Amino acid sequence: MLERALKGSPRYWAWIGFLLVIIGAGALVWINQLTVGLKITGMNRDVSWGFYIAQFTYLVGLAASGVMIVLPYYFHKYKPNKHMVIFGEFMAIAACIMCLLFIIVDIGQPQRMMNMIFHPTPNSILFWDMIVLNGYLFLNLMCGWVCLEHDRMHLPHPKWVKPFIIISIVWAFSIHTVTAFLYQGLPGRHYWLTAILAARFLASAFCSGPAILLLVLKITEKVTTFKMPRRAVATLTKIIAYAMVVNMFFFLLEVFTSFYSNLPGHMHPIVYLFSGAHGHHELVPWMWTFIAFAAISLALLIPPKLRNNQKILPWALVILVIATWIDKGLGLLIGGFNPTPFDTITPYWPTGKELMVSAMIYASGALVVTILFKIATSVKEELGDSQALPCGCSTEDDDCDCGSVAETEEAPAAEAAEATA
Amino acid sequence: MKNNRRNFIKLAGLAAAGLCVAPKTTLASGGGHSPVKPGANARNAKRWAMVVDTRRINTDEDIKALQDVCHAVHNVPDVPTNQNIMWIWSAPYEECFPEQHNPYLDDDVKERSYMLLCNHCDNPPCVRVCPTKATFKRPDGIVAMDYHRCIGCRYCMAGCPYGSRSFNFGEPREYLDPTKLNPEFPTRMRGVVEKCNFCVERLAKGLQPACVEASDGAIVFGDLADKDSDVRKVLRENFTIRRKPTAGTEPSVYYII
Ligand code: SF4
Ligand code: SF4
Ligand code: SF4
Repeated sequence: MLERALKGSPRYWAWIGFLLVIIGAGALVWINQLTVGLKITGMNRDVSWGFYIAQFTYLVGLAASGVMIVLPYYFHKYKPNKHMVIFGEFMAIAACIMCLLFIIVDIGQPQRMMNMIFHPTPNSILFWDMIVLNGYLFLNLMCGWVCLEHDRMHLPHPKWVKPFIIISIVWAFSIHTVTAFLYQGLPGRHYWLTAILAARFLASAFCSGPAILLLVLKITEKVTTFKMPRRAVATLTKIIAYAMVVNMFFFLLEVFTSFYSNLPGHMHPIVYLFSGAHGHHELVPWMWTFIAFAAISLALLIPPKLRNNQKILPWALVILVIATWIDKGLGLLIGGFNPTPFDTITPYWPTGKELMVSAMIYASGALVVTILFKIATSVKEELGDSQALPCGCSTEDDDCDCGSVAETEEAPAAEAAEATA
Repeated sequence: MKNNRRNFIKLAGLAAAGLCVAPKTTLASGGGHSPVKPGANARNAKRWAMVVDTRRINTDEDIKALQDVCHAVHNVPDVPTNQNIMWIWSAPYEECFPEQHNPYLDDDVKERSYMLLCNHCDNPPCVRVCPTKATFKRPDGIVAMDYHRCIGCRYCMAGCPYGSRSFNFGEPREYLDPTKLNPEFPTRMRGVVEKCNFCVERLAKGLQPACVEASDGAIVFGDLADKDSDVRKVLRENFTIRRKPTAGTEPSVYYII
């Protein structure tokens, strides 16, 4: 089936070429890092994890996000999601690969990585994180590939994959819980030492992950004949809205606990992040952007009228992704290390080289997504599943009555233009 | 093949044993890779501990002198950035005891500098989180490291509530003077973590830790389990505190105030 990725328009090849250039440039910087060590990063004695681990943490959420499509379909027999399941699974594959790459670039002695397997250490959460991430990658590779292969051959999905799909749904929750446990339970890091961290991780994963997935699918709609059923989009948007509400509620619980209890250790990180401490204000503008963007995204997603407006939706999703990224990809990590164990502040900021290596990994993930989605959409096109109708609806929309009433607002061209704006 | 099978059985067994017995398996399989074999006159103890008399060691110069000795003995590089390596260093009272200061503290106590090093905790979080057992606790209580096993994930640095660990971000030998190396202790490679090791290599030869020897009696080192030992004697006769009691790590470094 891979050969389907080899046939494409010049635009497709230009995009692939662009990604390869970024990967190549990033790889050069990574080779530099391999030869001189992690001293090219902005990390230091006090802030010993940086941008790499933060991206890893954020992307675990993306990996877990596909489950919000798979779960309604398999547990609640929610039909509109039928032809979108494969995209959730493929997105999870790309996200898992990016997560593993971010771990590899972060460790000081990558050639010794197998020590984690030769000397298995069940008391280390990192050991379990390795198991759940690789397991999830494997489950999605298998389920995604087998189902697509059978679709292509016009065969029903084999019975034996169903249990694996059910396992992968449960597994999706585990990857984020275990990743939260990496942080949660370290005695010296008050910002992470909270029982609600795993729940917060899940809430933020289930809003940011589907938001990214939906944005990528909107672009997919633009460049292929694939079209998501409207009802599936509406359901997914609703899930995103609810998850974001829960995410922000959990955040407020943290703020209440810290400030009502008045415990210095719990207040210091939040004070540092939102108003600065000891003359360090590096993160203050970022954290307030997070609050503002979170509020805007909620304002755009909660009212059904705005939420179902396909022109506003992409903007709301982009704003939500930025907000959650600042919270989890920046604030969580730096707020955990600062204040340091000595109640001092050691600022951290990623270096250009760190960003280049990260760009390499993001581009690799985009490449995997592009290839997998290309294969999936070409199979769907061949089968006539979820294809765009002239009216702009999907062939899966059973209540499409556009044939009689023309909806100017839903015109495909206008909508597609919005999706990429 | 045989090795593969052994690893597999070990993996299966450990996975089955699960989290509850984990700390014990860490001990069992982690012990024994000390870089130095104990000699005939090795010093032994059930629980090594250190008591620092801050009435006598309390200026940056005092502590710098001890740091010079320790860093020379262990070939610790002097990296001039905040990616530096420190096995022993000095800090003001509020940084050493962030949870235990009050505004009306005796000026003398407040103005002292305090000597910081790894506390060789009884419940060390650095050992708990290490995914390779590169950091392990020896039966005598010393939290030691195997630099050849460490993968440089720096999880132990996130885990240590005292900031006692350093990572070799770059090549450490670039910052060492080859003419002044101590040939009896290895240098490290880049990409691994390191910290104070309570001078296990000196204890194995029957010597005191280097900083203790250089302190002229202001630091006492000995066996906590032996009630007639020097450490127990000074602990009986003086008021001492430890760093961050709320972290539950039970440090083995005590400070006489
Ligand atoms: S002080 Fe830190 S590095 Fe030393 S044993 Fe305790 S937790 Fe580990
Ligand atoms: S950096 Fe080395 S010692 Fe520290 S947790 Fe990782 S493997 Fe263990
Ligand atoms: S006990 Fe040894 S290793 Fe530790 S600080 Fe003292 S001299 Fe250095």
